Amino acid sequence: MFIIGELINGMYQNIARAIKDKDSSAIQKCVKAQVAAGADALDVNCGPASKEPLADIQWLVRCIEEVTDKVLVLDSSKPAVIEAGLKSAKNKVVINSTTADPEKLEALIPLAKQYHAGLIGLAISSGGIPQNKDQRLELAAAIVSACVDNGFPVEELYLDPIVLPVNVAQAQMCDILESIKEFKIISEPAPKTIIGLSNVSQGVPPASSRNLINRTFLVMALAFGLDAAILDPTDRQLLEAMISAELLLNKHIYCDSYLQAYRRK
Amino acid sequence: MATQLAKQNWSGKISTLTIGATKEQGGTRAHAVEIGGEESLPFLFPEGAIPNKPRIAFEIWDVPPKDWTEELVRHYGKVFLDPLEWAQMCVKDYKAELLCLRLQGAHPDCADRSADKEAQLVGRLLKEVDVPLIICGCADDTKDNLVLPAVCEAAKAERCLIGSASQDNYKTLVASVMADGHNIIAESPIDINIAKQLNILISDMGLHLERIAINPTIGALGYGLEYAYSIMERSRLAALSGDKTVASPFICFVGQEAWRAKEAREFGPQQGIIWEAVTATALIQAGADLLVMRHPEAVKKVDRYIEELFRR
Repeated sequence: MFIIGELINGMYQNIARAIKDKDSSAIQKCVKAQVAAGADALDVNCGPASKEPLADIQWLVRCIEEVTDKVLVLDSSKPAVIEAGLKSAKNKVVINSTTADPEKLEALIPLAKQYHAGLIGLAISSGGIPQNKDQRLELAAAIVSACVDNGFPVEELYLDPIVLPVNVAQAQMCDILESIKEFKIISEPAPKTIIGLSNVSQGVPPASSRNLINRTFLVMALAFGLDAAILDPTDRQLLEAMISAELLLNKHIYCDSYLQAYRRK
Repeated sequence: MATQLAKQNWSGKISTLTIGATKEQGGTRAHAVEIGGEESLPFLFPEGAIPNKPRIAFEIWDVPPKDWTEELVRHYGKVFLDPLEWAQMCVKDYKAELLCLRLQGAHPDCADRSADKEAQLVGRLLKEVDVPLIICGCADDTKDNLVLPAVCEAAKAERCLIGSASQDNYKTLVASVMADGHNIIAESPIDINIAKQLNILISDMGLHLERIAINPTIGALGYGLEYAYSIMERSRLAALSGDKTVASPFICFVGQEAWRAKEAREFGPQQGIIWEAVTATALIQAGADLLVMRHPEAVKKVDRYIEELFRR
C-alpha cells in the first residue's frame, strides 16, 4: 500500500507554530520521523490558520525537499495554493484534491497534467456528502470521465470514497468499503483508491480507541483492494496491522520475520 | 491491427554478485565473474536490462567421487585422484571460467579429511588455476563448521562463493565469509519462505544482501524440476516488485541432480548429457544465474543455448 504521512498539517499545533515561526528544523524532524516509519509520501497542508497559504506551502515544500525525495501530496481546497506548491516542487507531486464539481475538475486536471502530478478525487460535490454507495459511484464516475475526456491518465487518479466518522455514520461503513472495490471497475486501466484514514475515528474520545478503530478499518479496506491511505505512519501498531494484512492478502512472500522484511524493502 | 505487447514496468532489480578478485581487487584471479543484476524476468529484454549472462561452473571434488556414472568417469577418471589436475583439465581443455570445488572428502563418512588438509588444497588450487572459485562443504554441519572457516582464511581476499548456509546452520559460515571477504550461498529446501527468512538472518549478522546467492535447491527433469521452477519464478516476481530480501542471484546444482536421475544413468551416455543440458536450460528460463555442471558436452550445449538467447 502507498503510505501517505498525514502529520505535516497546520491543523496540528506544533506544525502551525513551525509555519508561523518559519522553524524548518521542526518540520524536517517531522518529515524524517514519518519517512523512517515507512511513509512513501507526505501530505503537505498549511492548515486553516495560515494567513499566507501561497507563501507558506512554498516554504513547506522547500523545507521538506531539503530532507527527502519522497512524493509530496499537496493538500488544499484552493487551486491557487496547489498551484503555488506545484511551482516550487521538484519531487513528484500528488494533488489533494478535487471534488466532482466541474469548476474544481476544470481547474485541477489541467494543473495535474501540466506538472505530471497525480490527482486525488473525492467522491463529494457541492451537492453534499454522499449518503450511500450509488451516490459515491456516480460522483467517482464523473471524476473518471472528466479525466478521460481531458487526457489525464486514470492510473494517476486516486479516488476517495469519503470516509465518515463511525460515531456519525456507522450505517455507511459497509458502503464505503464496497465503494473501494467498485471504484476499481469504473475504467480500464483502473483508477487507484485512497482513504483519509483518521476520519473514521474522528471524535471518538480515548486515543487508544481511535488507534484501534483506525487499524481495524485499514485492514478491512485493504481486503477490499485499497491502494493508498493518508494516515499517521508513526503509529507502529497501525503499520504492523497493515503489513500483516498485506501478507494475508498474498502481497508479500511470507517469512518468519515478515515485519522486519517489509521494512527492508 | 497489430497486436500491442503489454510491457511490465518493474521497480526492483536482482542484486549483482561478483565472484573472484583480480590483482587490482586484492586477489590473484585472472578475471572476476559478475552474475545477477536483472531488471526483468528472464530474457524479456524489452522490459528491463539483463546485464549478465547465466554462467556455468565445472564441478570438481577433493576426493574421487564414488557414485559418478561411467560416462563422467570416462571424462574425468584419470584426474579423479588429483583435484589440481582435474581443475587444469576443466580450465585448459574445457575452457571453464569458474570452478566449483566440493570438499566431500571432509565428510566423516567419506575420507574425514581435516580442516588443515582441505585449506591446504584450496591454497594449492588457487595457485594452480586463476579462475574464480565456488567452494562447497561436505554437508555435515559440524564438520563444515570446522573446515569452511579454515578454507575461507586460506582463500582470503579471493572473493570466492562459499556454501552452504542453511536456516539451522549459518552463523559460523557468515562470520568467516565476512571476515575473509567472500560471498555466501544460502540454501533452502525448495521453500521460498525459508529462502527469504535465511537471507534476513544472514543480513542481520551484517553481511550485505548483495553478497548472497540463493541455492533454491532444484530437482532434475522428472524429479521436481517444475516445483523448483515455480519457486524461482515466484521469488523473482517478488524481487522485481521491490522485495530486496529475495533479490539474490540463483545458483543451481544441476550436475549433481541430473546425473542422479535413473534416466540419465541407465540409457546410454547421450541421454545423460541431454538430461543435464535440459535441466539446465529449463532453470535458465526460471532465472538461474549460475549453474554448476559436470559433463563437458552438456556444458557446451548449454553455452550454445545461452549464446542463442542473447543473440538479438
